[in-house]
Amino acid sequence: MRARVLIRPKQGILDPQGLAVAQALPVLGFEGVADVHVGRMVELDLPDPDRLTEMCERLLANPLVEDYEIELLAGPSESGPPADPNDTGPPADAKETGPPAGPSETGPPAGASS
Amino acid sequence: MRCGVLRFPGSCDENDALLAAGRVADAEIVSYRERDLHGVDAVIVPGGFSYGDYLRAGAIARFAPIMEAVIAFAREGGLVLGICNGFQVLCEARLLPGALLPNAGRRFVCRQVRLDVVNPHTPFTAACAPEAGSPPGAGAGAREPESASGATLGAKPPHTPPTLSIPAKHSWGRFYAPEETLREMAGSGQIVLRYAEGQSFNGSVGGVAGVSNRAGNVFGLMPHPEHAVDELTGSADGLCIFESMRRAAQGDG
Repeated sequence: MRARVLIRPKQGILDPQGLAVAQALPVLGFEGVADVHVGRMVELDLPDPDRLTEMCERLLANPLVEDYEIELLAGPSESGPPADPNDTGPPADAKETGPPAGPSETGPPAGASS
Repeated sequence: MRCGVLRFPGSCDENDALLAAGRVADAEIVSYRERDLHGVDAVIVPGGFSYGDYLRAGAIARFAPIMEAVIAFAREGGLVLGICNGFQVLCEARLLPGALLPNAGRRFVCRQVRLDVVNPHTPFTAACAPEAGSPPGAGAGAREPESASGATLGAKPPHTPPTLSIPAKHSWGRFYAPEETLREMAGSGQIVLRYAEGQSFNGSVGGVAGVSNRAGNVFGLMPHPEHAVDELTGSADGLCIFESMRRAAQGDG
């Protein structure tokens, strides 16, 4: 499963990056732009999307100062590493086994969990 | 006292921390790869840019192998000092309340700052108070009321907090905690250092420069006491932080 996590500063917390961008735009002639916020985007292939929230809470975002939004995308991205037969990494494995595959006894252990 | 100074990939102030702690105690480097603190009496999480500040400052270092031992050590009441990036790591590890955000002015700032020791009764600041018997250099910051009108030199008003002059250098030092948390922290003496009037440059809420956990055994600050331990570099005020730790660890604080 491919997922995208959007992380942004919480409302009401000063966002100096957003402010810098908001101040730069009029210099280029883009008038009337307001309330600009700059955040981060994390895209990832993962075996179990149910664990995404936990990932966000523990590492990807700091819930005290950041909000996050999870988007589930279709299948692993085509820009991911190619399914090389010598590559036992998790993305190639995920491609081979397809979405419903349960944990297989014979599969390579790589990337079994976080 | 044996003091362990952590080293992560990207740390850069661990050697100064080692030298500073070494002035009052035995100090050794502890690699981030270790899983054991080897019986040290105190831990310093030093400044720098651990793991390149990727994701958020301190976010990755917080999961380095050694951190499990540091968290357990802190929970048992061990003294843990986090300086700059170390402060960020301790906040990320949730050993300290709040978070550190990019400076309001968006810039990396490096300057000498004056700090008010708001709580001089912690294991990290007890030797900063003027009445504490001052070992060489320690507590020095309390000596000069800078606005003193010559005539009354030395007669400090009783409620003036001791001050320290030490350098700060960071771009992610804006302390933030929700209002309610801040109120609680202020009530329980967890706000240990504030930038003195006119000295705050990073937009920290309430001018907070250093905070402790509720139990008082974990302390983090953005300015760098380890860079101010010799008059040769302009101030030795930072020494009192390390001296305070030594006294607390040896039970003569």
